[in-house]
Amino acid sequence: MVYNSNSARDWARRLGEGPWAVKAQIHAGGRGKGGGVKIAKTADEVKQFARDMFGMTLVTHQTGQEGKVVKRVLVEKGSNIADEFYVSFLVDRATDRVTLMASAEGGMDIEEVAASTPEKIFFESIDPVVGLTAFQARKVAFKLGFEIAQVKQAVPLLIGLYKTFVETDCSLLEINPLIQTAEGDLLCLDAKINFDENALFRHIRIRDLRDYDEEDPMEIEASQYDLSYIALDGNIGCMVNGAGLAMATMDIIKHYGGDPANFLDVGGGATIERVTEAFKIILSDDKVKGILVNIFGGIMKCDVIATGVITAAKEVGVTVPLVVRLEGTNVDLGKKMLAESGLNIIAADGMADAAEKIVNAVNG
Amino acid sequence: MSILVDKNTKVITQGITGATGLFHAQGARDYGTQMVGGVTPGKGGETIDGFPVFNTVEDAVSETGANASVIYVPPIGAADAIMEAVDAGIELVICITEGVPVLDMVKVNRYMQGKDSRLIGPNCPGVITPEECKIGIMPGYIHKKGPVGVVSRSGTLTYEAVWQLTTRGIGQTTCVGIGGDPVNGTSHLDVLKMFEADPETESVIMIGEIGGDAEEQAAEYVRDHMSKPVAAFIAGATAPAGKRMGHAGAIISGGKGDAASKKTFLAECGVSVADSPAEMAEALLKIYTP
Repeated sequence: MVYNSNSARDWARRLGEGPWAVKAQIHAGGRGKGGGVKIAKTADEVKQFARDMFGMTLVTHQTGQEGKVVKRVLVEKGSNIADEFYVSFLVDRATDRVTLMASAEGGMDIEEVAASTPEKIFFESIDPVVGLTAFQARKVAFKLGFEIAQVKQAVPLLIGLYKTFVETDCSLLEINPLIQTAEGDLLCLDAKINFDENALFRHIRIRDLRDYDEEDPMEIEASQYDLSYIALDGNIGCMVNGAGLAMATMDIIKHYGGDPANFLDVGGGATIERVTEAFKIILSDDKVKGILVNIFGGIMKCDVIATGVITAAKEVGVTVPLVVRLEGTNVDLGKKMLAESGLNIIAADGMADAAEKIVNAVNG
Repeated sequence: MSILVDKNTKVITQGITGATGLFHAQGARDYGTQMVGGVTPGKGGETIDGFPVFNTVEDAVSETGANASVIYVPPIGAADAIMEAVDAGIELVICITEGVPVLDMVKVNRYMQGKDSRLIGPNCPGVITPEECKIGIMPGYIHKKGPVGVVSRSGTLTYEAVWQLTTRGIGQTTCVGIGGDPVNGTSHLDVLKMFEADPETESVIMIGEIGGDAEEQAAEYVRDHMSKPVAAFIAGATAPAGKRMGHAGAIISGGKGDAASKKTFLAECGVSVADSPAEMAEALLKIYTP
């Protein structure tokens, strides 16, 4: 893996004879179509392709419209590809088990294969007690059309991949393509691996591999305060407690003709510190022209939440319209505190009222 | 009647000596739930705020006769806590813990095969039969006894639906939070079957989210087997594909599980679908008169 075009050329020479594959390293699939994978015949060509890739914004069907900027490039020795296959392991919510998925239509966009020719994808559901068995791996290998020599390679390969999946708590392990070379060897040429965030506490080495360059800086900032934040394209900032209510709040803003600027779940214990940080993060987005706070107090008392909102709004200096909807214990006291705070807070009754008020305030 | 829990349910708290476990054990006891004790390994024989503490679930069951357990154990030990409760013969295991690794839940569900216990959660608010038994973190006072069953993947959005019912004078038989994780114990479908079988439940509000196809399976059951009116809301219409919206299960992947297709399918199955989360009770009242 290299960070500039000169080392790309040097690495190519160290790898030996060409051709070489030059691949942009971003956290998304579908790079080939976007110009993120090239085959170079000479070392100078490696340098040229790498130079073209560095800094380019690669847009694929998995990156969203804004795309991803290429900061790392992989140079590898070209393989003599005779055939390409697709293999992945993932957690299947329908069976509550890990499923092995494979297809002879390798190198392609598997979502397209699934849509147009679903019969070309094979599945094996794996019992967590015994793991992927040899017979299951053999079944899949024969379905992929391998000769016995390749089946003998595929069985330990698939079992090894499954072990990796379980031992490192993956949520997706995708090999695309798995290739058969002209010499008859199987090789994993490219991989996409997702890890279960909930399990990172037992995989310190994987946690340390986290590449902050590939993530939204505001999402990183938010995660440091245990806030779940995702940036979106609209202009109405949202602060909500609970993931479901946060999604529903975005939905109701849209329902009334507005556009949410973010998903933000402040969690169950909306303390003054967390509310303050949430305001800071929302306001650091220049697009935000108004903020909707929607808190269903539940166990939390509304006067405590009101104190948090007032303190945070004063500290941060909220200048855009702020609509607050509170529900729960001591709701009347909470509303009274907001009204007497001297801040320009628009109080709302219920979600619909809150959404209408913020949309009107922002759209004028 | 009601489903899952009532005034006779005896509950132990796993992780009772932790701040969260104790706080919610006290809250449930204040609500009137029979909270008969708790489990914290190494603190057996102690008493905390009147609750007897045991080293193992097995001890707690034999001493208290508990038939339900609620788990506030941190993620690293949550799967083990669930299996311990199942092994001790607890009929209803409710895991509140958020952040349990998915592969731990894969093992738990395999372990539970062929056993009689039912798991609710993880990553859920719990279960409440108003005015009888509250197990979990939901605020008790927003609920009211009545004829509507509520089942949901989300916590605060459930409170929203319950509050819309209660403020209109309509009470609930039982409210079940099944949790927002991709692999969990009880599905929407399981709960709908229980509501259909419960003579006191007259109608149901089901709250779903983007991701997976659990809502679609539940809707097929409504279409083919359910005699009671069902209203629904699906959260996440504005969520972009590939972004995980807080709940691990709430993610649109491979073009599947988006809100629009879920809503269309639910409507085709005869479910009254709310366009906005402010209209969940209204959507029910369109097809049901209490």
